[in-house]
Amino acid sequence: MRDVAIVAFAQTDHLRRTDELSEVEMLMPVLHQVLDATGLRARDIGFTCSGSSDYLAGRAFSFTMALDGVGAHPPISESHVEMDGAWALYEAWVKIQTGEADTALVYSYGKSSPGEVRDVLTRQLDPYYVGPLWPDSVALAALQTQALIDAGDTDEAALAAIATRSRAAAADNPHARIAGPVPAGEYVVQPLRTGDCPPVGDGAAAVILAAGDSARALCPRPAWIRGIDHRIEAHSLGVRELTESPSTRLAAEHAGVFERPVDTAELHAPFTSQEVVLRKALGLDGSVTVNPSGGALAANPVMAAGLIRLGEAAARIHRGESDRALAHATSGPCLQQNLVAVLEGESAHA
Amino acid sequence: MPDVLSAPLVVEFPFTRSLGPVQSAFLTGLRERTVLGVRTGDGKVLVPPVEYDPVTAEELRELTEVATTGTVTTWAWNPAPRRDQPLVTPFAWVLVKLDGADTALLHVLDAPGPEAVNTGMRVRIRWAPQRTGAITDIACFEPYEGEATAESTAHSGEFADPVTGIVTPARLDYTYTPGRAQSAYLNALSERRTVGERCPSCRKVYVPPRGACPTCGIATAEQVEVGPRGTVTTYCIVNIKAKNAMNDAIEVPYVYAHIALDGADLALHGRIGGIPYDQVRMGLRVEPVWTEGGRHPDHYRPTGEPDADYDAYKELL
Repeated sequence: MRDVAIVAFAQTDHLRRTDELSEVEMLMPVLHQVLDATGLRARDIGFTCSGSSDYLAGRAFSFTMALDGVGAHPPISESHVEMDGAWALYEAWVKIQTGEADTALVYSYGKSSPGEVRDVLTRQLDPYYVGPLWPDSVALAALQTQALIDAGDTDEAALAAIATRSRAAAADNPHARIAGPVPAGEYVVQPLRTGDCPPVGDGAAAVILAAGDSARALCPRPAWIRGIDHRIEAHSLGVRELTESPSTRLAAEHAGVFERPVDTAELHAPFTSQEVVLRKALGLDGSVTVNPSGGALAANPVMAAGLIRLGEAAARIHRGESDRALAHATSGPCLQQNLVAVLEGESAHA
Repeated sequence: MPDVLSAPLVVEFPFTRSLGPVQSAFLTGLRERTVLGVRTGDGKVLVPPVEYDPVTAEELRELTEVATTGTVTTWAWNPAPRRDQPLVTPFAWVLVKLDGADTALLHVLDAPGPEAVNTGMRVRIRWAPQRTGAITDIACFEPYEGEATAESTAHSGEFADPVTGIVTPARLDYTYTPGRAQSAYLNALSERRTVGERCPSCRKVYVPPRGACPTCGIATAEQVEVGPRGTVTTYCIVNIKAKNAMNDAIEVPYVYAHIALDGADLALHGRIGGIPYDQVRMGLRVEPVWTEGGRHPDHYRPTGEPDADYDAYKELL
């Protein structure tokens, strides 16, 4: 296996609407930030991979427009996943493992403002038995929440505390969409209140990956990817035990999470109750700093929020605030798919 | 940004899907008020049924009929139903384990309020009066007093006139905003001007501008007026009539061309009119034709100038 690290990370400020910006216009500043941070030019990048979803924009092949922002002519080596950018990062990591590239630019973006994201996300559901009922993303998360409450794993007060802690942490995150005290609010779909739900908004993120000595040359303290894995569960909600996340647990085992303690965990939990499930699956206790960025409860640009978890964890290692961090990304209803990575700073091995 | 445009954008599609043997039996069964599950290798009954075991991936074909009554395994109260959801009055989303099944089905429960719903409550199917072989043949669940049973009886899955496909309509509503660069382009077009943007690095002028230079990967900003005349760089002859009403008046065959407007470093698309389709050629000089009130050129027609020299546009092919 090659040593691969995240050497740069950038994200936009996350805003409710960005009407004045096309997707490529929203994306370009973060692409330039990660290139500037490493001193690389677009043509120096060995592989480019992006994540986004046409359903957010309502336009087919919308990612091809965004390619203008990476200088795709003359032709570059490029790929795209119709998923969160965390999975684009995984593909880029694999590409570097093959030896076909030493550096990779990974980016993702989502503009939720043009449509109704709760309705849009119903289109990822089984189209035979579930999609025709239009169960929106909050409704499905609420079913999972009630199952957790019935199981005694949490209650509404504990969920409100997760929301409060996350948004208090986001006060230190200049990019966050909502930070500071936020009222618990009314029920959106009971038992979830507005405060338990992520903000809707637009945003983008980018990271640069590099292998071995390239990484050391580009970044004073690279965030080495010591393990990364992703797993998926059955799509039928009624088959799954919604209070557990065996896919997260399995991905974490394969990524090596349990070999040594982590000091930081960036969890992609758009709903408060999902943090409860993830903490249990990952065995996180009070010694671990969870979501110091505020997490997806503070900013949830769909398709970028998972990549941002990897980026935030890496940035803490770059800054020397973490030696061993866990980053998690999710996709699909009720934590259906989960990706887990372990990132380390060099001194942890010294 | 007062000049940023926005417009409603509706994406609507009736996906036509074929059904496999298990899905066909299940949905046909719903039409006949019969709920079918499928039995796995270890004896579990999955409802709704799937064709492959979610744990072992083993093919599943052994159908079994379960009850139309069941138990709520989890629920969530929806105070504000959204468009296309099964009920228009507030309802509960429920996962229901039907009697005889080992897994739960997602649907909705008609109940007066959240205080009337709890995990473990007994419910039964309320059938839709008109049934077509779809999950919505179950109109909803309703509260039901009656003990749970474990009834499950083998079923052939055979019905007269089986449903073999479904149409799943979907509609999503958006407000589309094209961003700064394209808004400027569209606003200029409405004044019968065509503006591109010049890359500050390679100096190329892109029309229509999208705000970025695809070669340099940097923002373009400097607006440059181009045209109105241009050169056909390449073209095709369209022989199939467009289906949408907007293009109804356009007779086939017609020519669709790449047109390099004077001053632009990228060719844009346009229809060529005012000349027989078989006389259009590379190098033809054209100009835009606007219709009354049109926000963009309707088509381009020959200017009558001599054809452009190949060398003048070969880089734009």
